[in-house]
Amino acid sequence: MPTDRRRFLAGGTGLALAGTGTLGLSRPALAQPAGARVLKFIPQSDVAVTDPIITTAYVTRHHGYAIWDTLYGFDEDFNPQPQMAEGHRVEEDGKRVTITLRQGLKWHDGGAVTAKDCVASIRRWAARDALGQVLMARTDALEAPDDRTIVFRLKQSFPMLFSALGKPSTPVCFMMPERVAQTDPSQPIKELIGSGPFRWKADERVPGSRVVYERFADYVPRADGTVSWTAGPKRVNLDRVEWHVIPDASTAANALANGEMDWWEQPTADLQPTLRRNRNVVMEIPDPTGLCAIARFNHLHPPFNNPAIRRALLGAVVQGDYMSAVIGTDRSLWKDGNGYFPPGTALANDAGMEALTSPRDMEKVKRDLAAAGYKGEKVVLIAASDFPSLNALAQVGNDMLTKAGMNVEFVSTDWGSVVQRRASREPVEKGGWSMFFTFWAGLDMINPGVSQSLRGNGQSAWFGWPTMPRMEELRTAWFDAPDLDGQKKVAQEIQQLAFQEVPYLPLGQYFQATAYRRGLTGVPKGFPMFWSVQKSA
Amino acid sequence: MFAYALRRIVATIPVMAVVALFVFSLLYISPGDPAAVIAGDQATPADVERIRASLGLDRPYLVRFGDWVWQIVHGDLGTSIFTNLPVSTMIAQRIEPTLSLMVITLILAVCIAVPMGVVAAWKQGTWIDRAVMAFAVLGFSVPVFVVGYLLAYVFALELDWLPVQGYTPFARGIGPWFQNLILPAVALGGVYIALIARITRATMLEVLQQDYIRTARAKGVGQRGILFLHALKNAAVPIVTVIGIGVALLIGGAVVTESVFAIPGLGRLTVDAILRRDYPVIQGVILLFSFTYVLVNLVIDLLYTLFDPRIRY
Repeated sequence: MPTDRRRFLAGGTGLALAGTGTLGLSRPALAQPAGARVLKFIPQSDVAVTDPIITTAYVTRHHGYAIWDTLYGFDEDFNPQPQMAEGHRVEEDGKRVTITLRQGLKWHDGGAVTAKDCVASIRRWAARDALGQVLMARTDALEAPDDRTIVFRLKQSFPMLFSALGKPSTPVCFMMPERVAQTDPSQPIKELIGSGPFRWKADERVPGSRVVYERFADYVPRADGTVSWTAGPKRVNLDRVEWHVIPDASTAANALANGEMDWWEQPTADLQPTLRRNRNVVMEIPDPTGLCAIARFNHLHPPFNNPAIRRALLGAVVQGDYMSAVIGTDRSLWKDGNGYFPPGTALANDAGMEALTSPRDMEKVKRDLAAAGYKGEKVVLIAASDFPSLNALAQVGNDMLTKAGMNVEFVSTDWGSVVQRRASREPVEKGGWSMFFTFWAGLDMINPGVSQSLRGNGQSAWFGWPTMPRMEELRTAWFDAPDLDGQKKVAQEIQQLAFQEVPYLPLGQYFQATAYRRGLTGVPKGFPMFWSVQKSA
Repeated sequence: MFAYALRRIVATIPVMAVVALFVFSLLYISPGDPAAVIAGDQATPADVERIRASLGLDRPYLVRFGDWVWQIVHGDLGTSIFTNLPVSTMIAQRIEPTLSLMVITLILAVCIAVPMGVVAAWKQGTWIDRAVMAFAVLGFSVPVFVVGYLLAYVFALELDWLPVQGYTPFARGIGPWFQNLILPAVALGGVYIALIARITRATMLEVLQQDYIRTARAKGVGQRGILFLHALKNAAVPIVTVIGIGVALLIGGAVVTESVFAIPGLGRLTVDAILRRDYPVIQGVILLFSFTYVLVNLVIDLLYTLFDPRIRY
């Protein structure tokens, strides 16, 4: 009965107003519409680590795109486009690549951006990035013959070079001043000086609560092209962007509904229906590659050191169960039939997909497990209870493994403990683990060059440490493929092999909505970036 | 009394040493790895190892404890693993919101709870007494976050009188500062009001039975004078004790309240630090909380002498 409630509450208005009048209070500044040149944004979490090279955290990538620029951007078709680069020449059968910088690029401290800065930045990034390591392994020399020219002398042609320099998967190849880029890649940088469209306001940062950026007046956007993901002209319409960290989802929803905030990056699944009903709030899916859920095996110890056991569990996976638990029953928000490449991207294919799409039969799974040699070994499943989406995956996974007749020990803890325990290579009796759950952004699984969880390089691989020499060969073959058709062919082989080796169980793809006030326009696709955003007064 | 206060302050040193040892050891044996959190989910184990080594987290327990104690002795609480800022700077950034919240809650609670308790004792057995006790039970029973959400819904969303969240520093004006703190203080104060009101009522009931109260009545002292001058002063010692104990409640409650109302205070700093395993920050904040609690107890002990002249140190 909303009318009655309003009338009842209105009854107290006079008294309360009298009270505020006595105290001489004005209407709170935070509740007033913010100035049209100031954007108030609620990020997914605090920017705990501000160096975008040392961490792979997505929130740091978003912070990074505000401060730093890239030589190449990625458009909505996932093609690299020159950004800081004016253009490039590919010569000597692809073995010499010359990139020319645009004129007039400046750092936030006023210095000119030079090719030397870019070379140092590429080297630091490449020390941390898997694709960067491949690039440098294929590079004989990386030079800066003059202030505007970067030259790669390659051992062989590397068509992925521009994608590597422009990819938005973490860590991103951001350009930094040489003195900053010379920081050890295992140590965080001390100066947040970039050449991007916004400057970092160090004096206004309150760790865990607030981050502020202001427009960089000397930023020179590209003169050509259209804004598309991280490519195109970065024209800024705001003076300030304030990130307000609001850890409580209900409070964040209320602040957005009330107009105290303009944009909430990741509204939680339970609050999305309420926000959709609010006519002042717009909700949309910014990233069509979504988030892909996986159950990662520990390949070093029983029972999941046995590929036949891992393969048997493919028959137990019902991706819809996992996705419903994470985001609800609205089918527009998730997809099943998700293989080892995100649906809707260039390399997605049907090879081996019957392992996931054939009719589910738990009795057959039990028989297959027994035939594979499963003898009741303990399966330690580590679950992060402080992340609702990860907890949901783990709960469904626990149920699946239990129904399949496995001896499951469900360890519910916080994410901080999960990331520590998953680093253990010990058997479960000595504090090790058997399986954990996580999400990867679709962008981070879009091809074998960036997909860490598809690597098969044993002890050097991502947590779980699968050894799949053939997979590594196929990855190399993918790098060497001359064109997209060639890459697709290799991707089919990779997926076929993945369904045999099962480095992890694919659990589905879901789409994270973003929510913003109706007065906001130019909200970009992909992830939070602020250069094209406009706010009405 | 000065010598007593000095002795008590000196006595806090071994207490703080035990707290420091306990906190450091607990964090050392508890699971979690800040290097893994810094590196992010997509980092390889080798990346995590390199970061761990660069942070010195692979050093033995005694070496790390020794370094930390050495820093503390030199007045340095260390540096945050994540922000690279001194812990003292981070605490300084966060202390004002928490202190503001606690002071307003304390004032609000004492101003409401003490008269409530006094009136309940005076009107013992009447509907007023029962209403006060019902309120006290409610205050104890309803969690802080539930009260917080209800207040935000009514006063911020429906009536649009107050902001949903945030904090405005005192330097920017008492009005905005107070507006941001009203709802959190009311939400946090519920339990505190209930506690003080109950103890005030119980103590007042005992005091009101005393002979000197009967004598005061016989001499024609008015009801207000009896309640607030004669009875309340004699009932003050247990009330002040409970107010002191309640500071611990406030510290605990501030963690939840600051999260619900997005106040950048020490409570949220603590939670964030624990979730990330930012050891120097956790250690620094807990030391500060412990020291505050010891100090509050000392102040309470000294206040006894004001209310009861028989107490001498």
